[in-house]
Amino acid sequence: MKKAAAVLLAALALGGLALAQKKVITVGVFPNLDDAIKAQLPGFYKLYPNIEVKLVTLQYADHHNALTTALATGQGLRDVEAIEIGFVGRFAEGQGFEDLNKPPYNADLYKRLFTPYTVAQATSADGRFIAMPVDIGPGTFYYRKDILDKAGINPASMMTWNGYIEAGKKIKAMDKNVFLIANAADVAWINIFSSVGAGEGYYFDKSGKVVVDGPRFVRAFELAKQIRDAGLDAKIGAWTNEWYDGFKKGTVATQFSGAWLQGHLQNWMAPETKGLWRVQQLPEGLYGSWGGSFYGIPSASKNKAEAWTLIKYLTTNRAAQVDAFKAIGAFPALLSAQTDPIFEQGVDFLGGQKARVLWREAARKIKPVEANKYDRIANEIISTALSQVLDEGKDIKAALAEAKTLIERRMR
Amino acid sequence: MQRSSTAPPGAISRQMRWSNLQRRWAPYVFISPFFILFLIFGLYPTLFSLYMSFQSWSQTDGWGNWKFVGLENYGFTFTDPMFWRAMYNTVWLGIVSGLPQHLLAIPLAFAIHMGLSRFKTFASAVYFLPYITSTVAVALIFSTLFSTQKGVINQTVAYLNTLPLFGWFLPDEPVNWFLNSTIKWGIALVVIWKYTGWNTLLYLSAIQAIPRDLYEAASVDGATRWQQFRFVTLPLLRPMMFFAVSLTIIGSMQLFEEPFVLLNGGASSATQGGQTVAMYMFRTAFEWLEMGTAASIAWLLFAFIAALTIINNLVFGRAAQGRGD
Repeated sequence: MKKAAAVLLAALALGGLALAQKKVITVGVFPNLDDAIKAQLPGFYKLYPNIEVKLVTLQYADHHNALTTALATGQGLRDVEAIEIGFVGRFAEGQGFEDLNKPPYNADLYKRLFTPYTVAQATSADGRFIAMPVDIGPGTFYYRKDILDKAGINPASMMTWNGYIEAGKKIKAMDKNVFLIANAADVAWINIFSSVGAGEGYYFDKSGKVVVDGPRFVRAFELAKQIRDAGLDAKIGAWTNEWYDGFKKGTVATQFSGAWLQGHLQNWMAPETKGLWRVQQLPEGLYGSWGGSFYGIPSASKNKAEAWTLIKYLTTNRAAQVDAFKAIGAFPALLSAQTDPIFEQGVDFLGGQKARVLWREAARKIKPVEANKYDRIANEIISTALSQVLDEGKDIKAALAEAKTLIERRMR
Repeated sequence: MQRSSTAPPGAISRQMRWSNLQRRWAPYVFISPFFILFLIFGLYPTLFSLYMSFQSWSQTDGWGNWKFVGLENYGFTFTDPMFWRAMYNTVWLGIVSGLPQHLLAIPLAFAIHMGLSRFKTFASAVYFLPYITSTVAVALIFSTLFSTQKGVINQTVAYLNTLPLFGWFLPDEPVNWFLNSTIKWGIALVVIWKYTGWNTLLYLSAIQAIPRDLYEAASVDGATRWQQFRFVTLPLLRPMMFFAVSLTIIGSMQLFEEPFVLLNGGASSATQGGQTVAMYMFRTAFEWLEMGTAASIAWLLFAFIAALTIINNLVFGRAAQGRGD
């Protein structure tokens, strides 16, 4: 008996040793960020052979729902969790993630390496920094060169909103089945998202007061209404079959979105339109962010040191960031990765245009926007107000004033 | 067992006691799985949500980090315009989608019973099919049907418009079904399509239970098909109507999946125009992370459903048992 016990103990000790040598950490992630991390891991294993990374991939919404539930109970959290921009503000306000400003992380050292505005997105109102940015989505202006050529429109003339609307009228005159944009609401959103004053939030000012009845919103709503009233938009919602159809058949001439839309167009939405699209900066000197992803460490993680090692590699290693860019085309958050020669290459889908240089320039000009935990609800309320103005002819001032009271009573 | 034959008397009595014990407790052991599951998945969450409705808690703060706020959640919900808009949507949908279900299902069940004696099972299975189809698949199909430019529904409307008479009341332009003002009609259509078959099945089973001799007696007396339906079938269907209407009331007050999927989980700009209380509650809890407020919505909805059920019982319950006449 004693002998058996001794053997068992020895085996356990050996096992423990083996464990100490190779530590397994888990990463919760959603598509297609999982493809990016898979492309980054071989490089990571070369540097850190003692850490093994296991990916747990769930669909976008499921991942964040599961993460919310896991944070609520403190159970089932991975060592590293991916967070998309739409959720990072809410998770920042909660207490479930490690504050990376503090030792042993000292993330302050790394902040200057990133595109500046992303750091603010992952910072809570009380200054905690809960996740490192991995990719960003600089907003950009897509247009169909073939349609503009046929209508005799110089794309540069669309760099003012008046010129943009004039171009829409020309397109309509040329072919009444071709629309300037899928939905006039997009023009309102890009104005709301891209003209935020320094240190302000999308819907709130520095002191947290609701600003949705201010000139930024009125102007955004007015432009959208002008486009709708002139019959220049196709009234199609984003991410619907009709949206994809419009891109495929060329019934929509322009679109505002993140740089990542090019990847979607090329891979599945409208691959047959290769070479027909071009991009330029947003009109009237606007620069805005359209998406982005982050990695954070839940406080419940038991392998924080290894998790930090991995996150540091994924987000601050230049080669790793370029690997991810090559894999899924998501724009790297790391400034130094943006100087890789690959950014000077032309993009085939955009007719060989050097679009990445343009996006890089946009990314550097985007101003940081303060996240607020009521951003999501404010977004919904404004979206309803916009729909009332565009679809039901409600007065802009009245709709925005109503939206303001609705948001204010939600803040408690 | 072999041991007992050689065991001393004391052991035998011990064994008897054991078998007595078994006899007494075995039933409880056998029904315990239900109670254990009920305690875990039924009673505990219910009580926890009641407790939670007096707290303020965001899930991202972690377990136990909630704060007692008294009746604040109830006060907020009670004066919340979004809640009342969702309540209005729910009641509207309950009436507009609930009534047609029964108005269609009763004649349909009668027709199946009278006309399709050989294909009765097949016909009811066909009508029942929507009920067991996954809501996500249903919503996907309907999103395509509702499509503004190319949807089958709008193309049908456009075709009917070319016929005389119809042009009077049908819209000239293709209808955008995904607006705050129109989305409810779309949701109601899906709900009617989905649950009419279920009600047909309920009524069919009740009609089949009506004795044949009543119809024979009626036809001997010279009653037409319509008179048989009106004076034999309908009165005898009352208990089933009461039951089916109760189910519809409760079901429509808790309506969640159809609006949730058609509104893209709340991402649609028509969300406010179509979301039901159940959907609003879900989003308050999991999108805006206000667990306490969501719990208070749940309990207000519960009170509302309870009140409606009691009214339904008072108004139709007695009549259903035949004592109303």
